[in-house]
Amino acid sequence: MEAGRALTPPGPGPSAPHTTIVRGAASLCGLLLLVLLTVDAAAETVGPPTSAPATLTFGRPGDDGIPPAPDSVGVADIPNDGGEALRVSWKAEAETGVRGYIILRAESADGPFAAIDTVDAATASFTDAAGPGHPLRNGVTYHYRVAALGELGDSESATVTGTARQSFFNTDRLNLLVLLALFFGLVLAYTRQAANHARRGGMPFVRKIAGLTAIEEAIGRATEMGRAVLYVPGIDDANNIQTIYSMIILGNVARTVARYETPLIVPVCRAFVVPLAEETVKQGYVDAGRPDAYVRNNIRYLSDEQFAFTAGVDGIMLREKPAANLFLGSFFAESLILAETGFATGAVQIAGTANIHQLPFFVVACDYTLIGEEFYAASAYLAREPKLIGVLKGTDWMKVILIALMLIGILTESAGWEGFRRWFVLR
Amino acid sequence: MSLSNRLVNLDRRYIFFVILIVIIIPYIRPLGLPIRVSREAEGFFSAIEKVPAGGTVLLAADYDPGSMPELQPMTLAALDLCFRRNVKVVGFCLWPAGPPLLNRALSQVAPRYGKEYGVDYVNLGFKEGQEAVMVRVGSALPEVFPADYNGTPVSTLPIMQDVENFSSVHLLISISAGYPGTKEWVQQVGQRFQNANREMLPIVSGCTAVSAPEYYAYVNAGQLDGLLGGLAGAAEIEKLAGVTGTATRGMDGQSLAHLIIIAFIVLGNLLYFLGGRRKK
Amino acid sequence: MLRREFPLAITCVVGLFMVIGLFVPERHFTAGRTEVESWAIIIRAFAAVLGVANIGRISYLRISRREHEWVYHVPLLIGLVGMIVLGVGGSLGSAPLFGIAEGTFFNDLYMNVYVPMQGTMFALLAFFIASAAFRAFRVRSFEAGLLALAALLVMLGRVPIGAEIWDQLPLISDWIMNIPNNAAKRAILIGAALGAIATGLKVILGLERNYLGGE
Repeated sequence: MEAGRALTPPGPGPSAPHTTIVRGAASLCGLLLLVLLTVDAAAETVGPPTSAPATLTFGRPGDDGIPPAPDSVGVADIPNDGGEALRVSWKAEAETGVRGYIILRAESADGPFAAIDTVDAATASFTDAAGPGHPLRNGVTYHYRVAALGELGDSESATVTGTARQSFFNTDRLNLLVLLALFFGLVLAYTRQAANHARRGGMPFVRKIAGLTAIEEAIGRATEMGRAVLYVPGIDDANNIQTIYSMIILGNVARTVARYETPLIVPVCRAFVVPLAEETVKQGYVDAGRPDAYVRNNIRYLSDEQFAFTAGVDGIMLREKPAANLFLGSFFAESLILAETGFATGAVQIAGTANIHQLPFFVVACDYTLIGEEFYAASAYLAREPKLIGVLKGTDWMKVILIALMLIGILTESAGWEGFRRWFVLR
Repeated sequence: MSLSNRLVNLDRRYIFFVILIVIIIPYIRPLGLPIRVSREAEGFFSAIEKVPAGGTVLLAADYDPGSMPELQPMTLAALDLCFRRNVKVVGFCLWPAGPPLLNRALSQVAPRYGKEYGVDYVNLGFKEGQEAVMVRVGSALPEVFPADYNGTPVSTLPIMQDVENFSSVHLLISISAGYPGTKEWVQQVGQRFQNANREMLPIVSGCTAVSAPEYYAYVNAGQLDGLLGGLAGAAEIEKLAGVTGTATRGMDGQSLAHLIIIAFIVLGNLLYFLGGRRKK
Repeated sequence: MLRREFPLAITCVVGLFMVIGLFVPERHFTAGRTEVESWAIIIRAFAAVLGVANIGRISYLRISRREHEWVYHVPLLIGLVGMIVLGVGGSLGSAPLFGIAEGTFFNDLYMNVYVPMQGTMFALLAFFIASAAFRAFRVRSFEAGLLALAALLVMLGRVPIGAEIWDQLPLISDWIMNIPNNAAKRAILIGAALGAIATGLKVILGLERNYLGGE
């Protein structure tokens, strides 16, 4: 492990490529807004309520079989939406005789009022939301009446009005915004700090992870035995974060094996990962000054199918008997099959995955296991990229903050105050 | 070589053989061990029981043949519970190898209750897109699945006339073997959409045993209303549904296999402590 | 220059739009997010098609150049093309030769070849876990002892025979699953989620570019 190697100096400040990105992003923003306005205009629903009018038989409230008109009828805008819903509420009568309530709506105080829904006698509110057959538009005033259904007749409330208004910020998600802003702020701040540190020639501290030392030892063992190193970058596709991080580690492994002239076999499960793996390994050999030693055939696409890939890797392990097996990436049910077969061949095995359900199998069957975020940290450690280490620091500090919040939550809940916990509930 | 050394270095094929025997024997001579139903399995059962007759559930069969022994019995039991109560089932898959398995399950259970395809149940097939599909189903299911597994436009199917999105159904049943599956349903859909009763859409899950420990957190947080874990969970729902399926029959073998594995662990540690250590 | 900058710009705009849309219920944002979700489904479907094309290209190159283990790519290609033609070729003909319904060749191959093969590989796990448990599950420390004890209790509590041995075993197993297991799983989930969010932020802001490949 090259502990003394300086960090890759961070890129220069805003430069031509970044300016291009900003300009391109601004242009795309404008284009997107234009598209959205067009989409929205096309999606505008126009027209009055389409429900058929209810057949209501109005009688005199208080007469036999005629319930009293619903009391305390009101309508309110539902907040934190796009102006798509209003809530109509009334006082539900507990006495018998009320079979249910019908909610009527019109766009004009003079009507015509059409029934939009019927609810049971115990219900005291109704949410009128936009949808097929229930067009509700932002900024439009609607008029409501609530009719109580009786045995022999119905009685209707007075008209109430309400306007659905759209919100520009969902206040229910303020908690999420605060936490995200805090997290993003930490990540960006520490990334910048790490970049500044690197510019001054320093290296932000990351503790050594035992599994990483083991990787070098395993490669050394394979070199002494004259056998190959097998590197399996997981079975997930190139869009998976673990595959991306695995490529970083693969690049470092490729540099190391190139120096020691040890064969490196990389079986790949996804077709899209093949060019990524080829380029990563090739770059590793080039960086080590041994481009001639790169063997393209050692990057072997086997199959997209999980267990077909597993059978293929098992075959490689049994036939070619690599001395070191590195399982670093996203693994699923095949993890134990791979690790056990590798053990049977006598190889040293190092695994790392963030798929927590597979960790027990790797821990049992491998010599070293990078658990969850250690795998991400390993990539940062090996890459010596200030950005990656900055992200790691930001994530670690966020965890400290979350632990503190949890402790406060435990205390407040134990003291009987639920307000603190309730603030974190996501609606 | 001493006995303890030979045991420590035992050829693993002997171990495989012992496992094979203990799993096969209960199929020949069933032990009939009683199945105990867990609270999480009861939650799964209750969630289906709460769906009113004539209501509709979404069944996401997100698994493939590898997990079939654990998950297919759950699907069969869930369909049994739905059909006997005249609950309609809209099934689909986010795993490409899933639709034929869902088809098989539907064709096994539906005829028992006289259910008709397109009226009482439908298989919408597979759709690529993972989380994007999950969220989109919440707002416009017919747009995501314009045709069913056989290519029939959903607009012509009676069952799909009233199914627009999550607010048209009462429950989401996720039978899941991994990604995408239950975790993504909870993350993308849970607590975001309402069902036909204008409550938060309830989600229940049947998953492989290896995934189940992860989902207990969601059950405790109320994000999942019920959970079936592995073959044991499948046997529990079969018991609640009153059917004797492959899961129930497999539990005897699983019981013995667990005992044998425990015996191997104890033996291995005994040999280790008695001096039959083997350095790595 | 455009090969990298243009995808980065698209990622930045769309990513930020979707994140901001979480907090802004204004109807243009909602409509836009709905549209982007639809686009995502279509793009992913195209990615699946590209994946198949890539498999075909790689296999064809390996066969034509007689590269290492090229012979295994022949049945791969035959299976790939054959299943596509049989399954999708509904317009070429009808069942049982074409189509995917029960009784067709596609369905028979799926049920009688693919299902048993997948099931066989998955079934290996049962044997391998036994050999791994015997070989590697050693109580070398206090923590390993605790782990072994928890494993034994859960293994017995989760199967019917556990309740026959001691009726409290299932309750103890449930407690282990619901309390200590949940605590540990939640911690790991939070850590993994923070890592995923951080990586998402890096991808959106263009700080993470490995997925674009080399320069």
